[in-house]
Amino acid sequence: MSQATDTDVREDGIIESVSGPVVTARDLDARMNDVVYVGSEGLMGEVIEIEGNITTIQVYEETSGVSPGEPVEGTGSPLSVDLGPGMLDAIYDGVQRPLDVLEEKMGSAFLDRGVDAPGIDLEKTWEFTPEVEEGDEVEAGDIVGTVPETPSIDHKVMVPPDSEGGEVVAIESGNFNVEETVVELDNGEEIQMHQEWPVRQQRPTVEKETPTEPLISGQRVLDGLFPIAKGGTAAIPGPFGSGKTVTQHQLAKWADADIVVYVGCGERGNEMTEVIEDFPELEDPTTGNALMDRTCLIANTSNMPVAARESCVYTGITIAEYFRDMGYDVALMADSTSRWAEAMREISSRLEEMPGEEGYPAYLSARLSEFYERAGYFENINGTEGSVSVIGAVSPPGGDFSEPVTQNTLRIVKTFWALDADLAERRHFPSINWNESYSLYRDQLDPWFEDNVRADWPETRQWAIDTLDEEAELQEIVQLVGKDALPEDQQLTLEIARYLREAWLQQNAFHDVDTFCEPEKTYRIMDAAKTYNDAAFEALDAGVPVEEITDIDAAPRLNRIGVQEDYNEYIDDLEDDIESQLRELY
Amino acid sequence: MKEYQTITEISGPLVFVETDEPVGYDDIVEIELSDGETRRGQVLESASDYVAIQVFEGTEGIDRDASVRFLGETMKMPVTEDLLGRVMDGTGQPIDGGPEIVPDERRDIVGEAINPFSREYPEEFIQTGVSAIDGMNTLVRGQKLPIFSASGLPHNDLALQIARQATVPEEEEEGDDDEGSEFAVIFGAMGITAEEANEFMDDFERTGALERSVVFMNLADDPAVERTITPRLALTTAEYLAFEKDYHVLVILTDMTNYCEALREIGAAREEVPGRRGYPGYMYTDLAQLYERAGRIEGREGSVTQLPILTMPGDDDTHPIPDLTGYITEGQIYIDRDLNSQGIQPPINVLPSLSRLMDDGIGEGLTRADHADVKDQIFAAYAEGEDLRDLVNIVGREALSELDNKYLDFADRFEEEFVDQGTDTARSIDETLELGWDLLSMLPKDALNRIDEDLIEEHYREDETAETVEAEA
Repeated sequence: MSQATDTDVREDGIIESVSGPVVTARDLDARMNDVVYVGSEGLMGEVIEIEGNITTIQVYEETSGVSPGEPVEGTGSPLSVDLGPGMLDAIYDGVQRPLDVLEEKMGSAFLDRGVDAPGIDLEKTWEFTPEVEEGDEVEAGDIVGTVPETPSIDHKVMVPPDSEGGEVVAIESGNFNVEETVVELDNGEEIQMHQEWPVRQQRPTVEKETPTEPLISGQRVLDGLFPIAKGGTAAIPGPFGSGKTVTQHQLAKWADADIVVYVGCGERGNEMTEVIEDFPELEDPTTGNALMDRTCLIANTSNMPVAARESCVYTGITIAEYFRDMGYDVALMADSTSRWAEAMREISSRLEEMPGEEGYPAYLSARLSEFYERAGYFENINGTEGSVSVIGAVSPPGGDFSEPVTQNTLRIVKTFWALDADLAERRHFPSINWNESYSLYRDQLDPWFEDNVRADWPETRQWAIDTLDEEAELQEIVQLVGKDALPEDQQLTLEIARYLREAWLQQNAFHDVDTFCEPEKTYRIMDAAKTYNDAAFEALDAGVPVEEITDIDAAPRLNRIGVQEDYNEYIDDLEDDIESQLRELY
Repeated sequence: MKEYQTITEISGPLVFVETDEPVGYDDIVEIELSDGETRRGQVLESASDYVAIQVFEGTEGIDRDASVRFLGETMKMPVTEDLLGRVMDGTGQPIDGGPEIVPDERRDIVGEAINPFSREYPEEFIQTGVSAIDGMNTLVRGQKLPIFSASGLPHNDLALQIARQATVPEEEEEGDDDEGSEFAVIFGAMGITAEEANEFMDDFERTGALERSVVFMNLADDPAVERTITPRLALTTAEYLAFEKDYHVLVILTDMTNYCEALREIGAAREEVPGRRGYPGYMYTDLAQLYERAGRIEGREGSVTQLPILTMPGDDDTHPIPDLTGYITEGQIYIDRDLNSQGIQPPINVLPSLSRLMDDGIGEGLTRADHADVKDQIFAAYAEGEDLRDLVNIVGREALSELDNKYLDFADRFEEEFVDQGTDTARSIDETLELGWDLLSMLPKDALNRIDEDLIEEHYREDETAETVEAEA
């Protein structure tokens, strides 16, 4: 987090009362949402209410031992993040303090308080290559140079959005740290690689556009049935143990975004550690470099201060927007937005605000929509196009989707991936319920799938959906009378649907090959099931008993396609075998 | 140290005092009653002219003349390796008649969050000797795995069985000399009955486990507010032993439901806006501050593994206590009433149970190469069998196909042979997995679609199929 740069400290206030993360101060001259330093230890906080000469502050660190009478120091600037090269391959807490630096500064594995650190390394030098020349006119947002930030990503150095712009009078290539001036303008303005931006304010853009390209996730059930667009929004609600986090991790690993911002909001410490340990070793499927090279992690685990949990999603999305401004496709995963909402509730109840539904503050819905609206496919002010896709996990209490956070989220997002405890119990993973989930991007993304995968993608998918729908209806009857009481064609449909579920919808996140499935493979598995379906119904029409059709040796091999690396050959053989084995029956 | 005799209000477990100098939030308070008795409390809210104090031992007998002293520090406890073998009450005072505790160090009981960057990902398999856990929901060092139980179920027996049997297989091979001394059990009891407490203590004494244990006892008739500090004392001790003294610590906390009731009581007394079912809105954060104190730290030998026990009110896992717990912990073990009434010991229902850290803690080099596949297949087959049981009640076994009947038999044998092992049997992971193969071999080979073909070739019991084929014929 940035120490406010112009630190002419404003008039000090005095702590009036302390109750958990909420502190009130007397006689503090501060504006709403300003950052303040509380108490003699200088704990970071933010102004959240001003009433008369009493200012209410939420404190981002533990307040044990803080007592009334201690000083409060204003900084005069709102909560901001440091933007510049060095954010990738980093891991931050909820207010953008790098956790590795904190460990070093505190000399302990435990998080002490009152320690501050800038979000990016101010000393480190970067190799700057100009993109404009002396004499060029530049405006706010324009790219003036690049820095190879990681092997995967070239960091674009931009004129800050609040700059007036002008003619470049000095620019040169070379190694600079982020605070050194790399460009000078004729009006005397100096541009550094380091920028700051208030987290609660959206970075400016020209226009939001309709997204038409899918964010390929490598997960069959998502790409195949419920795709999300680049610049789209999705929610993953599910009870505990249904696989929210694994799904989020899979997306962070395999989504074909340029940059991934992963926000662990109020979740488990060990899970964040898993990401920290795994990502540097995993390979980015598009570039072949380490996954960490395109990733920025924000970790506010459930035992870290609650106020910082409230701010961590904003920190994350501001960083995402900054990379979007460079023209990158950014995917932001927030796990879990319920913890963020609960943090709002906790602060709100300490403020003794009138509660809305289930104790959540009345502004819950407004905050959620503000946040999700920062996603989108944008034309940036420098003319590039970039996107921020937001995928939020929701943890509904008791798995009940009618609770306020889920409902308010569903009103905004366009993709809904419903996780299902029943599926998880039978270890059907990813346990995304295909009857309840939806994607409103399907139609606008179909042309992409037709052009880039197969022309009959939409039709084949529709066949799969119909088959699964029919299975759901038939299952209700089977529950009453048993499978053998059904007519033969319906028994066959059940069998085909079973293969769709087991071979296509199920995917093993822990298998080296199966963990990522390209769209072509997604299509081919689905199509292989359809081949079996068509040939099987032909055989049935020719009078072959259904037991013989379902008994053919080749059919169970459908379930093994997922783990095949050379799937094309395997599927070709399999389809031939299925057809010939069925032909033999009549 | 200034003394105040300015109590303005006494309400439930809370005392409000007027003050004229600042008092730190969370600071410890001593209240001296007119008869000389001293009680301890903690500052819950501190304003410039008054403070709210939560009294651990209850407010009974406190009047407005009682004098209040603010100690100017947050709650700390003495820690030392000598705590091993000792029995303390819920506030950390020895009740075993042993010598006074000479501390190495005094530590803040609230603890600080472990920096996620400094953690080490837990992936060392702990063999509990219980097949339903080792085979299906493996526990690893540094994990927090609660037992979701309900009134009248034998969760204590399971906890004791795990405490007794838990070993880490590799270490045994390396050398037995330091194996015994490295393992410690910390037992934090909150509001359990004297009888339950005796059950635990008898077992600890019988098995000699007490000398490597630290016991904190808050019994059902002890003050409820005291329960909010008992688990913190237990975990502070655990962190000290694990991260300073290299012990592998298993912390058993029972019963978390009583802890949450105490939180609710304090919340209600403070007239806070309640969250779901009257529990405070910050219960998630509060529970997380306990559960997240499990784990491993890079560069340190020891580990803290937590096994909290909670009884679900009305067997309902959507109740806020199990619900919030499940969102924080790395899985859960369900104790099942039906299995219990069938006499299955331990009555673990594996289907809703889960260990999130399992996938990285098993497999070649850790347990066995076939572990993951066998587990997946057993889950799928048992779930199928469970489903069919409903159907069988309606249509009868004859109406089902041959394969469906096999699934039904599988589910029965799984419960009777795999899960039901009694509280005194410890099975090695090899025994557990071989048993799994025995059961899976009831099913035809091509029904084993979750298992790698090579593994099927290696482990599938051909003779079993032969038998079933004969039976079919």
